[in-house]
Parts: sequence; C-alpha cells; structure tokens
Amino acid sequence: MPTLTYREAVRDALLQAMRRDESVFLMGEDIAEMGGSMGVTQGLVAEFGPERVRNTPISEMALAGAAIGAAVQGMRPVAEIMYEDFMTLAAEQVVNQAAKHRYMSGGQITVPVVFRTQGGAGWSPGAQHAQQLEAWFVHIPGLKVVFASTPEDVRGLLWTSIWDDNPVVFFEHRTLYGIRGEVPDEIEPIPLGKARVHREGEDVTVIATGRLVHESLKAAEQAEAEGISVEVVDPRTLQPLDEQTLVDSVKKTNRCVVAHEAVTRMGFGAEIAAVIQHDAFDWLDAPIERVGARFTPIPFAPVMETFVVPHAENVLEAIYTTVGKR
Amino acid sequence: MAGVERKTKATLSEAELRDCFREMLLIRRFEEKVEERFRAGELPGFLHVAIGQEAVAVGVCRALADGDVIASTHRAHGHSLAKGTTPNELMAELYGKLEGCSHGYGGSMHLYDVERGNMGANAVVGGGLPQVTGAALAFKLRGEPRVAVAFFGDGATNIGMFHEALNLAQLWKVPAVFVLEDNKWAESTPESQHSPLRDLSKRAEAFGMKSMKVDGQDVDAVYRVAKRALAHARGGDGPVFLHVDTYRLHGHYIGDPQIYRDKEELERIVETKDPIELLREKLGISEDEYAEVDAEVQAVVDASVEFAKSGTDPRPEDALRNVYV
Repeated sequence: MPTLTYREAVRDALLQAMRRDESVFLMGEDIAEMGGSMGVTQGLVAEFGPERVRNTPISEMALAGAAIGAAVQGMRPVAEIMYEDFMTLAAEQVVNQAAKHRYMSGGQITVPVVFRTQGGAGWSPGAQHAQQLEAWFVHIPGLKVVFASTPEDVRGLLWTSIWDDNPVVFFEHRTLYGIRGEVPDEIEPIPLGKARVHREGEDVTVIATGRLVHESLKAAEQAEAEGISVEVVDPRTLQPLDEQTLVDSVKKTNRCVVAHEAVTRMGFGAEIAAVIQHDAFDWLDAPIERVGARFTPIPFAPVMETFVVPHAENVLEAIYTTVGKR
Repeated sequence: MAGVERKTKATLSEAELRDCFREMLLIRRFEEKVEERFRAGELPGFLHVAIGQEAVAVGVCRALADGDVIASTHRAHGHSLAKGTTPNELMAELYGKLEGCSHGYGGSMHLYDVERGNMGANAVVGGGLPQVTGAALAFKLRGEPRVAVAFFGDGATNIGMFHEALNLAQLWKVPAVFVLEDNKWAESTPESQHSPLRDLSKRAEAFGMKSMKVDGQDVDAVYRVAKRALAHARGGDGPVFLHVDTYRLHGHYIGDPQIYRDKEELERIVETKDPIELLREKLGISEDEYAEVDAEVQAVVDASVEFAKSGTDPRPEDALRNVYV
C-alpha cells in the first residue's frame, strides 16, 4: 500500500473529488497560490484554476455563507476555514443557516457543503489559534461532524463528506499534517458514523479523538508493558456517533477512558461518558475517566502549553486509575 | 451618487399595472387578515407585516425571469406571494400545517418555496445575503443566465454580513441584485439613530458596486429599475445595489403600538405614501371597480384561511424528520 502524509491525504481527496465532479470547488483564505496556511491545497490551483480553487478575502462569514448559497443551488463547495478558532466568525452561517435550511424548509433544501477547518495546540500559537471547538458543532442538530486522526481516515472521510448531502464540519488537527500512514491505492469511502478500533485490548477501552488517538496508542503501549491490555477506539465521526462500537468495546473491557485535546468541561468526552454509563452501566467496574485540556485558554509559553493540554502520560494516568493501579 | 430613477414612462402596460394592483391589494388583504387572525389568537409565534411595501415585492418579483431566485427577510409574506407561493400554501404555513409552504417547519419568518425560486426567508437580519452571493456564484460558475436577489432592510446594512457579502459579490462580479427596502426603521430605531449615512447607497458604492435608486411606492418604477438592475447582473457586469425608498405603514411586529413613532408624521405617510392608493389614482380605478377587485382578493384570502384551518396538523413526532437528508 502507498503511504501519504495526513496533509497529502486531505489534498488527494479534494483533488480526486474535483476531477470526478465539476460541482466540487474550493474556497477559502490563501488557498490558491499559497496552497492554504497549512499547505493542504498546494498545487490544486494549477490543475483546476482560480475559479475552482477560489481565494477569498478574510471574510469567514461571507465565505461560509457563499458556500452555503452555492450548495443550495446545486454545487458541492468545500470551504476552508483557516483555523477552527475562526469558526466562531463563520458560526452564524454554519449554525443558523446551513444546519437549519433543510429543517426550516420542511425538507425542500439540501446543503451539501463541507467546512474544513483545523486547530490544536502543540506549537505555541497562543490562545486564538489553538482551540479545539468540535463539541460546539456536535451540539447543533443538522450538522455532521468529523474529526479524523490518520491519513487513511482523513482521506476516506473527507471523500464521503464531500458527497454527503448534509452540511459537514470537518476537523483536522494541526500537528497531524506531517504524519505518514498507509492508504489504499484507490480512495475507499469511509461511512460517517463508523468508529475505528485501532488496537484491541481486554482491560480498558480508551475512546479518543484527533491527536489524542496517537497519544492514547502510545499510552496503550506503555500500559501493555505493565500487563494492562488497552483497546483504543476512535469514533472518527462525532455526529453521527457509532455508539454501538463504543459500548460493545466497554462491555468487553469493563473500563473506559475518554480522551481529547479540548477542555474536559463540556467536552465531547462528557457525551461519550453519558452514553457509556447509560448503555453499559452494569458492565462498568470503575468510574469513567476523562482526559482533556485544563480549563484555561491555551497559553503561549511552551512549558505552560504542554502543561495545559493532555499527552500520553495523562492518558496513562487515567488508565491506571480505572484499573486501580493508583 | 446613485442615479435617481424618475417615473418617466410606464413600461408595464395598463393591463399589467392592473394585475399589479390586484396583486398588491391581495398582499395587503392577506396581511390584514394575518393581523386579524393573530389578534384572535389563532396564529402561533410572532409575525411581521410589510403593509406599505407591497410595490417593492410586486415590482421586483414581476421583473424576475424564470430561474431567478430570491432570499427574503422576516417580513416575507409579500415576497413569497409575489414570487408565486399561493395564498393557501402561505396561510397554511402560518397555521403550522403540513400543507404550508415550509410544511409547518418554518413559520412566518422561514417561508420557503424552492420550486418557485424562493431560497427562504431569514429571521437573522442579513442572514440571507452571503447565501445570495453564493447562489449567484453557482450560476456564474455553471454559466447559467440566472440572477439571485436578496431583500433586506435598512437595519441590515449595519451588520457585518451585509458588508462581507457585498464585498465578495462585487469582488467576484456575481449576478446578484441586493434590494434594500429602506423603510427608515430598524424595528423601533429610526435610521438617524442606526446609521451615520443618510444615503445608504454609499455603502454599496464604497465597494465599487453599481447602485440604482427608486421610489418604492411606485410599482411601475420599481419594475422598470429592477429590470435594468437584473439585466446588468445577468449580463455579467456584476451585482447591483437597488436602493428602494419605501415606508412601513404598520408596526415592526403585529401588536407593536409604535410608541416611538410621531403620530402625525405616520398619518401623513399613510395619507400620501400608500402604494396601493397611489396606483389606484394613477390608473383611475373607479369605486365600483375597486370594490370588485377588493371583493375578489378578499374571497381568495378568506378561502386561504379556510384552507389553512382545515389543513393537516403535523404529528408531534414529525418534528424528528428533515434534520438530515
């Protein structure tokens, strides 16, 4: 199997979708010649031209709204919001418009738009370029929410998201763009609402998203060395959520840790914990542990930033707690 | 400066103007009925009527070509009717029935009719504007000779979305027409308190956008200038800002006592600026003829109430449909 970086995998999904269907086009800030601030769309303007790889002004509300309007009129726009912090600027159009047109019209309208965005700490961008806001959007009926953690997943999920007739908010993680992984020769669509079991285990299930999938896999390795068998599951899509796979896993291991980079308070892990405690209550041998960022904005100084967001050792601590090792 | 359009000659025939008269009177009677039924406690939610602004909806929508689309505002009944939604479908929506134009999911502020080119009324002030830019972009990308039209009020020109949407539309030269229904009031706040400009066209002109100005109480003039604006946009020359000078003769919402408004001034406006009375004078419509048309449209409105009342209530669990495709 060939390998791609996460960045290349996103680009490949965009490229192949644009080759397949003229209704797919991209819009966003600095996405044309510059290739986007993360370099994801590099080279695409050369193949598809500035009409389909469309630079926009710094104007998130209008670019999000224009993508919605084009989608309503039969296009399949993929709008890039440079940082998920700036999703707050696009939020009116995403939350009040894209998510609700179909509903408010009694089913007359489809809004096949993808809002690609990225964020995350780990490189000291400070408090306005490092947030993880995925939970905000899971709270909005009408939106689908994806958060992919590997090259294969990001490609297959973006592919599916582009052809989905619902608005999709598609989260990428800043620190994952450089990771490399095997991908199938041809894009294999990954259904939205299907979790991936990254690692099977017997003693604890860690349910993780984004960067924390990788941190959890590291923690699982370390735990394994100490005789604790850890299963790591990535929901991959937060809405719809593959509750069955998560619950089945916990029924097998009887312990659960949820882990994400966003703040723990009202984080996506809170929802997962609620689902697990309800559907697997009698199977649980320990309280569900939650791993997430401390309740602060993301600080600048690297030592503080490292302290605030979770890492493998935090996941490991939580694993220990659930098995009573501490 | 925007070119001020004066009523020089009618481009609509007298027969067409009589159609406009009938249509405007239908919208008026429809909204008066809505006010009446709301006060009687029959209509849920809250509603905004556009009494006094009928010539804008009728003049602009009559100028549209097949395939053109509109996006409307919270004050949407007139736009919907003028764009072809039937009084029955509209009234049924206001009663929350499945036969309504949004099947009971929308209500007065969320009137849709996709088949007839209504992308939806929007309860967020300015919310539809970027989407009109995007719809027009879709037409442009596909090379379709269609225009997307946004209705909005003077209050919307203060919101960031207005500026972002117009900037983008002009930058990309998309076939859009932005129809400012300048009724001088943002809810209860007069224009003098919400805008430092007396001429709101300047806001569009600042983006380099072509602007046109028209008397919104004169349906003939609105039609004629809208035709020009649409031709400009359709011809690939970029969007147009259509500044329509109009008057809101009733309150912001039904039941609004308008304590913020000078009563004598309002009376003067009602006396002199009613677009239906102005058209009636222009056409020389006799008392008898007026009574005949009025009875006819009143019957249509009454029938729409009967239709709506005998419509199908959604089941509670229908609320779970249409969230996703």
